[in-house]
Parts: sequence; structure tokens; C-alpha cells
Amino acid sequence: MTQLALVIDLNVCVGCHACVTSCKQWNTSGLAGPMVDQNAYGEDPTGTFFNRVQSFEIGTYPQTETVHFPKSCLHCEEPPCVPVCPTGASYKREQDGIVLVDYDKCIGCAYCSWACPYGAREMDAQQRVMKKCTLCVDRIYDEALPEDERKPACVMSCPTSARLFGDVHDENSDVSKAIRERAGYQLMPEWGTKPANHYLPRRKTEITIHPDELERADNPLSKEERKQHNAPSTGPSLDDMTSW
Amino acid sequence: MHPPFSMVFLTTLIGAGQGLFLALFTGQIFSQFKLLQAHDSQFFVVGTAISIILLCLGLFSAFFHLGRPERAWRSAARWKTSWLSREIIALPTALGAVALYGLAHFLGYTEPLMITAGGTQIDLTILLGLLATITVYILFICTGMIYAGIKFLQEWHTPLTVINYTLLGTASGFTIATALAAYFATNESSLVPFYATWAIIFTLLALITRSASLIRNRFFIKPKSDMRSAIGINHKNIKQIAQGSMGGSFNTREYFHGKSEGFVNAMKIVFLVMVFAIPLVLLVFAFNLSGLIIPLVAVAVQYFGLMVERWVFFADANHPQNLYYQQIS
Ligand code: SF4
Ligand code: SF4
Repeated sequence: MTQLALVIDLNVCVGCHACVTSCKQWNTSGLAGPMVDQNAYGEDPTGTFFNRVQSFEIGTYPQTETVHFPKSCLHCEEPPCVPVCPTGASYKREQDGIVLVDYDKCIGCAYCSWACPYGAREMDAQQRVMKKCTLCVDRIYDEALPEDERKPACVMSCPTSARLFGDVHDENSDVSKAIRERAGYQLMPEWGTKPANHYLPRRKTEITIHPDELERADNPLSKEERKQHNAPSTGPSLDDMTSW
Repeated sequence: MHPPFSMVFLTTLIGAGQGLFLALFTGQIFSQFKLLQAHDSQFFVVGTAISIILLCLGLFSAFFHLGRPERAWRSAARWKTSWLSREIIALPTALGAVALYGLAHFLGYTEPLMITAGGTQIDLTILLGLLATITVYILFICTGMIYAGIKFLQEWHTPLTVINYTLLGTASGFTIATALAAYFATNESSLVPFYATWAIIFTLLALITRSASLIRNRFFIKPKSDMRSAIGINHKNIKQIAQGSMGGSFNTREYFHGKSEGFVNAMKIVFLVMVFAIPLVLLVFAFNLSGLIIPLVAVAVQYFGLMVERWVFFADANHPQNLYYQQIS
């Protein structure tokens, strides 16, 4: 069975919100839209988003690091939000594991959002139905798009390639390899929801620099060299100084 | 959680309506077994009418909770998995059964259909009453399980939630029945002591179980999730600096009550006094003093107290998603 999902690399996410805006742009104008914006230029702007980037400060100053954390529906393999829905508007697709809401059936009772521990569902204040990430189900199968664009809008837009998309049940897929080789993990595993989306942890980046890499022995620009060059009558003539 | 007023009204109104029906039927059973003097049949008709009005008002307020009330009929579809769906079926069913019971009394269908070995007469109202009792209990269970069934809300995920809904509803229903008995009381006969006794018993039982849930939630709950499991970073010092929106979102509106902890604690005292202390004292007075005023005040104080109790019930519950929404920016 296929289970499509996102794998998000916290090590390279720079918190630019490109995924947030491209998600909103794609989805508000498509199948899952409109996604309301209220008070967009006022004091308390609010609206529906399927994907948000949050930022966390880890540690105590000055030993702090900022982690940018994109959060959207995790398309849980055991989605607690689905069985509680009284109308059947919330469902998980057999063929690819995507969790979706049928806007035409939803009565806007918000019960499913209570049953999601991640706060991934948002009630649209204008359409008054429950909305959430669709994994761009209207992009990924669209044969009118070139094959390498059949990916969620957020994945397409990420400038640092922090978002990978694929089938986490196929052990040879890029996402499965990334989870396996880079210690991918799930959020709040204690609830048994088995999120399909995974996160790749921060890694420490280290490079080793030897002193002779800082001071190249034959560096023509080094001060010592210059002194020699400028010494009267012993230095090279100007014609020999092409490397200057 | 942010207490939704539609749900506060729904649960308190239907609880009282269900409790009132149970009170009426208890009285009828006692009379039937000759443990109590006979009731005026008007008593049942008026009582059932009040119970129906309460249930209908509850149903009506439930619609305000829905974003798309015009599609409410769809919600009966998933009764196999969803307690909400089950409640939506159970509520009109109980309403119908209680209405049939009242109708049988109204039409005077009290000819005995059969007589048991002990000489107790069974008539249509008793049979319909038994049916309605079953539906009323099913409704209590469904209502309670809507909340108790969500494991993420640890404050709710306990059998105490269902027990409290049942006992608080029953207690308020018996208090209303006491007022009704006072209204129908004559100089020679009064059913006030009977209903007041049961109202006191159920109020005391509810006091025990509701206090148990307050104590459980205050002292014995260990939140299963914390910042570490929420974002999967193993560090004890994690502080949010942005939540992805500048002016709040559905997530900040739906899950935070927005009041201080002190306010919530004060409301706990308020409801303990209004649901339990004052009605208990008034019910004891109602034994000895005739008149409608005392039991009516007891009904009103207890009902408003229950609204506060329900507010606290919601405000007390802490959703794990709140971990992601600590700081606007
Ligand atoms: S993240 Fe929430 S909304 Fe998405 S499948 Fe899991 S429980 Fe459901
Ligand atoms: S809000 Fe809509 S999708 Fe969610 S439980 Fe209610 S009917 Fe189902």
C-alpha cells in the first residue's frame, strides 16, 4: 500500500515561509480553496493556512539555536481525526493514504480538530467547513503538468530543498532512504497516531581547517611576500608581477 | 479548550430534561408499587412537557455549534465510529420516547395491560417509560463519551466524565421535579419530600464524582506530550518565538479560554457553591417549608451553577496542540 508523505529536513529549513505562501497561493485558487483572509491589512490579520512555519529557540542565551519548524497535516497512518467525524466528511484514501475533508459533506462541527493532537486542522471562517493540507492531491496526479512538477506546491517552492515528497512505504524511495539514513522521526509518537510525515533532525556541521590553509605558504598576496617584493633593487620588476 | 456556549447550553439543558424525565418515571414506579401515594396525572403531563421543552432547547442550541447547520442531517452517517454521530441519533430518539410517554399520560392510557404476580399493574405508560429510560441513559452515555472518547484531552479521558454528565443531569432533573411537586402540592398530600430526598441524594453523589474529577485533573494528570515530543528536539529548554501567524488563528481561538488561572479557579468555587451547596440547603428547607419559591430558587441557582460547571469543564481541558501555540511572535 502506498502512503504518500512529506519528509521535512529541519537541518536546512531557513524559515523563509516560501512553502507557506506557495501552499496558500496554490490551494486558495484550486480545489481546496478559497482559504479566507480576514483583516489582512488590519490589526489582527487572520486566515486559513494549511501549512505554517513556526520558530523555536533551543537552549539558554548565549548557547541558543533557532529551529524553524514547518507544520502541516501529517497524514497519520492511524488518523484519530477520521473515525470521530459524524458525517464521514473526513476520510483517509485507500490508494495513497492522503487524509482529506469532503467540503460538501462537512457540517463544520470542529470535532475532528479536537481529535488531532497536532492542531493541523483549521476551520475556514468564511466557508465554515474544516480545512487542512491535501498534499496537493490536485497537483501530484495532474498529467497536464510536466512530470517533475507533480509534487506538492510547498516542495516545489522550497529554496533549500528542506521538503521531500514520496511514498514512505516504498523502502527504496528517496523519502524512505532519508528517514532511514538521517534518523527521521515522527511527532508525538506517544499517541500512536503514526504520522506519515517525518522530520529529519538538526545535525552539527563541522569542518576541520589546518593552519596552512589559513596562511598559504605561496600566497602572493601575503604581507611577507609583499615586503619582499617591495624591497629596493631585490624585488621583481613590475613586468614579473602579473599575479598582482 | 475555549468553552463553546452552544455546547454549554446543549449539555446542561438536555441533562436537566433527561433528569426530569427520570425523576417523573421514578415517582411513577414508586407509586405503582404502592410505596408512594398516587400522582396526579397532570403532574406527569406537565413534567414531561417541561422535559421536552428542555430537550428541544438543547437540540436547538446545538445547531449554533455547527458551521453548516443546514447539513446537520448528514451527521447520523457515521454512528459506527463516532460518538457525536451516535448522540445526534440518540437525542431525537430520547426526545421521541419521552414525548410518547407524556402523550400516553395525556391520553390517559393507564388501563392495566397486565398484572404481575405481586398485584402490580403494568400499563402502557410504564412500558413507554421503560423504553424512554433506556434511551435517556443511552443519550447520557453518548454525550459523555463525546468528551471522554478523545484521548488527547486527558482531563476528559476518564469514566468520570460520563458519570458526571449522568449524575449532574439527574440531580438537576430531580430538583426541577421537586419544584413541580411543590406546585402540585395540596394541604393533604405533597410529593415534595420524596423528590427532594432523591434530589439531595443525586446532588450529593454528583458532588462526590465531580470533586473526584476536579482532584484528578488538578493533581493526578501527567501531560503525555511536552515540547520535546511536539517538535522532536531533545532539549529541556525550548521556547517558541513565532507560531506562524501574527494575529492568531483557529488554533488560538478554539483551544484557549483566554482567562487567567485565577479566574478558572474562582469559577470552580462558584460552581461548587451554586450546583451543590446552595441547592442542598434549599432542598433541605423545602422539606419543611411549603411554597414554590424555595424549590424554584434551587432550580435556578443549580441551573446557572451547571452552566458555570460546564464552562470550567471546557476551560480545564488542555489540548496538546497548545504546545505549538504558546507565543504569537
Ligand atoms: S495530523 Fe491531525 S489532521 Fe492530519 S491525519 Fe494526523 S490527526 Fe488527522
Ligand atoms: S468539522 Fe467536518 S470534517 Fe470535521 S468532524 Fe465535523 S463534519 Fe467531520
